[in-house]
Amino acid sequence: MTEIAIKITVNGRPQEAVVEPRLTLADFLRENCRLTGTHLACEHGVCGACTVLVDGAAVRSCLMFAVQAADREVTTVEGIAAPDGTLSPVQAAFRDCHGLQCGFCTPGFIMSLTALLRDNPDPTDEDIRVGLSGNLCRCTGYQGILAAARQAAPGPAEA
Amino acid sequence: MTGPGAWPVPGADRALERARIGRSAPRPDGPAKVAGTFPYANDLRVPGMLHARTLRSPHPHARVRRIDATAARAMPGVAAVVTAADVPGVPTYGLIHPDQPVFAPVGGVARYVGEPVAAVAAVDGRTARRALAAIEVEYEPLEPLTDPRRAADPRTPPIHPNGNIYRELTLRHGDPGARGPVEVVDSYLVGQQDQAFLACEAALALPAADGGVDLMLATQWLHSDRDQMAACLGLPEEKVRLTLAGVGGAFGGREDVTLQIHGALLALATGSPVRIAYDREESFLAHPHRHPARMWFRHSATRDGDLIAVAARIVMDGGAYASSSPAVIANAVTHAAGPYRVPNVRVDGVVVRTNNPPCGAMRGFGVPQVTIGHEAQMDRLATALGMDPVALRLRNAIGPGDLLPTGQAVPPPLPVREVIEAVAAAPAPPPATAATPARDRPGGRGAQADPARIRRGTGYGVGVKNLMFSEGFDDSATARVVLELDRDGQPRAVVHTACAEVGQGFVTIAGQIARTELGLDAVVLAPADTAVASAGSTSASRQTWMSGGAVRKASVAAVDEVLRRVAASLRLPPAAAATPRRLLTLADGAVTGPEAGVSVGLADVLAAGGPVDVTETFRHRPTHPMDAFGQGDCHVAYACAAHRAVVDVDLDTGLVRVVELTLAQDVGTMLNPLSVLGQVEGGTAQGLGLALMEELVVTDGMVINTTFHDYLLPTAADVPPLRLIPIEQPAPEAPYGVKGIGEAPTGTATPAIVAAIRDAVGRDLRRVPVRPADLVLPPDPTVYLAPPDEDPEPQGPAEPAARDGMGLSDATPGAGTPPGPDQPPAPGASP
Repeated sequence: MTEIAIKITVNGRPQEAVVEPRLTLADFLRENCRLTGTHLACEHGVCGACTVLVDGAAVRSCLMFAVQAADREVTTVEGIAAPDGTLSPVQAAFRDCHGLQCGFCTPGFIMSLTALLRDNPDPTDEDIRVGLSGNLCRCTGYQGILAAARQAAPGPAEA
Repeated sequence: MTGPGAWPVPGADRALERARIGRSAPRPDGPAKVAGTFPYANDLRVPGMLHARTLRSPHPHARVRRIDATAARAMPGVAAVVTAADVPGVPTYGLIHPDQPVFAPVGGVARYVGEPVAAVAAVDGRTARRALAAIEVEYEPLEPLTDPRRAADPRTPPIHPNGNIYRELTLRHGDPGARGPVEVVDSYLVGQQDQAFLACEAALALPAADGGVDLMLATQWLHSDRDQMAACLGLPEEKVRLTLAGVGGAFGGREDVTLQIHGALLALATGSPVRIAYDREESFLAHPHRHPARMWFRHSATRDGDLIAVAARIVMDGGAYASSSPAVIANAVTHAAGPYRVPNVRVDGVVVRTNNPPCGAMRGFGVPQVTIGHEAQMDRLATALGMDPVALRLRNAIGPGDLLPTGQAVPPPLPVREVIEAVAAAPAPPPATAATPARDRPGGRGAQADPARIRRGTGYGVGVKNLMFSEGFDDSATARVVLELDRDGQPRAVVHTACAEVGQGFVTIAGQIARTELGLDAVVLAPADTAVASAGSTSASRQTWMSGGAVRKASVAAVDEVLRRVAASLRLPPAAAATPRRLLTLADGAVTGPEAGVSVGLADVLAAGGPVDVTETFRHRPTHPMDAFGQGDCHVAYACAAHRAVVDVDLDTGLVRVVELTLAQDVGTMLNPLSVLGQVEGGTAQGLGLALMEELVVTDGMVINTTFHDYLLPTAADVPPLRLIPIEQPAPEAPYGVKGIGEAPTGTATPAIVAAIRDAVGRDLRRVPVRPADLVLPPDPTVYLAPPDEDPEPQGPAEPAARDGMGLSDATPGAGTPPGPDQPPAPGASP
């Protein structure tokens, strides 16, 4: 199979690789970059556990090929804490509000919520429910995740 | 009472990380899980490892005539192909009865779609997948047995040497012939639910120099896996060592062996590390599911609403292999009358072998099915009596000292009355109005329900669930506590158990208990593995009580040892030295005893005498088997719960929106309130899924929906705000008075939602999950199960298999002479 040389910026670091066109972005991140915080639970775009940011937009990395991410900026859950390891407000909120149990869905939720709050810093509960309805959680019943989203929301922008 | 958003959350209070029992300490694994660095089983990699895949039978029932792996073995990159011929030990395994082949053997029979036939290890997953395709298997398809009613017929030829009946149970309590002036009779059907834990099965098997194998995996019970593996591998138990890797959910679906033996066989055959991991489709095929059930109930009462008798007949489909079916049917039979005082009970239950997917443990373990039945019956009885359904339940609520159908007195506490009163008194959500936005109506924005065609309904579901293992099982959990000095010379405790943390939060609770008993903040948990004795399974709502009890017992013993050492140094009189706790206290890292004039640092005690290392095993009080009439002290303890559901239903589309759920639950003592809340919220969401959307559709033994596109799970948009009203009454027999939390609300959420839908649309819904078609098309006549009175041999003559075996999707409106809409069938008229 023809392989393609690509360069993707992952969490601020350029990653160069020669990959098959059929390699998904999720597998590229997990296997080539060894960033296993991006999780695969369904591999067909339903559960959202593999959500990452591509040029800032929340994307299911199991539905995107690595070659499609060439020359773009990809951010995974490993890339949103501060360089000194301080958790992002969304990460801290999930930890503090019992927004996780087994934690397998958590990275996907964190990436989806990070994108949601950037676009809507003061969401209603219904905004959050609808905005996160593309991510499945089997443990929490979503209540702790909602609490995390409320805590992490920056609130109305200053006028 | 606490409503959504009002529950105390730790916030950024870092001191809570060291909290003792009773406060909401955050999960110790939280930081790694939110950072993406927590290693789950399928994240494990070692250099030089091989990748394994499993070849599975595509037939529900077929004889394996021939397996030829010559071509597969010759493929470049293929390291090994193993089949039944390569299993050195016992050829079969199983949780209770070892009736399942490791691989279906040549000359033998494969009994369900997905039964393993061979496994391959290769240099990468792609090569392994191609090698599977190169294995030639010749099958002789056999007639599948897919109707559980046919399987229960003694005239049906057995599909396994052990026969087609896993267990048949008879329960007779009081006068089995008792009847009352008011009776309601009906049949109910529950579909097959999947645990759908998000992280698919995975393990890493490492061959060891001693000829044994080490396995790192996601499971619920390390020692059960080890014992089954050792038997099949022909190895002594000490050469099979298991370590828990990160577990992404379980819910009962990891109780059974799936990939453990296959991975170990391949590691031993190749001498290389082997990674074995499933994708979602394989996960759906590989682990046992919740039992589908057909149930018939007759409730008899006085005209005042006092229950006189409950008669029930339960048929569960256990699928192709036993798994935990014998225990599941016992739970279903003993819980069939629900949390009510019933003087006369007659229950007949049977769980059978078919060529459908194997069924085993899922949260609730046989109880959610019967709770759906008895709660539907209580509502029907209330209607027949002209009573309020809450008043009827309160009138019959069982309490401590009352007799259960097993003849066992209810062990205190069991606040059934309190949980019912609490949910009934909770404020109702505001009614929907024309101004309700489209996304808050049934079907959401996409469906655009007509507000004039939306009906609101309210329903209740009350239930009771046994805690821990039953029927005389010698249930134990072991913990080891080591007090030692860390590298900086500071004292710390290392807590070691084999308890599987699957997300439920034992790691949090274990730390809280150890800190409480040891008076020490520095507590670390060692990885769970088989180097310490068994913790038992993370199931049956048992680990906080059992492994929590073991951690407490070991911590207490460690403190005793520290105090003994200090007392010995004081040259006390023998009587005082024998009871050092009367004089001395260990707290905040120091032993003090003002009376004896003692104050010595724990660090000094450990420096002088070396580490304190104690191992203790905890047992709950013994239970007993049931007699031939289902009588006996068979369960340890119970927890009760009541849900109130409020729904809106679109009469045109049959779509349902759950508006609000209120739960009151018997929680014993809450060791970590936020963790309790998380458990009941998750359990409630799974009950919602069973009520409305989750069903593994099986047609002629074929599983139709093996993806999350068509096996639907509730999302954040489906699960409404949940209010929890905890009823805290300490259980006197339990450590700290705890009760198991996770299962009871799973059983009550489903019937509450179904009752609310009935209330909204005025239909007698008998089938769960409730599908949109069930709300807009004529009722499904295939639900009905012949009552035993009218048919002394309810198995009846062999009948043509329903289209899907259970008749679950066989909506045949108008077929034959079905009962009219919402009318119960004439007795004995069907099936």
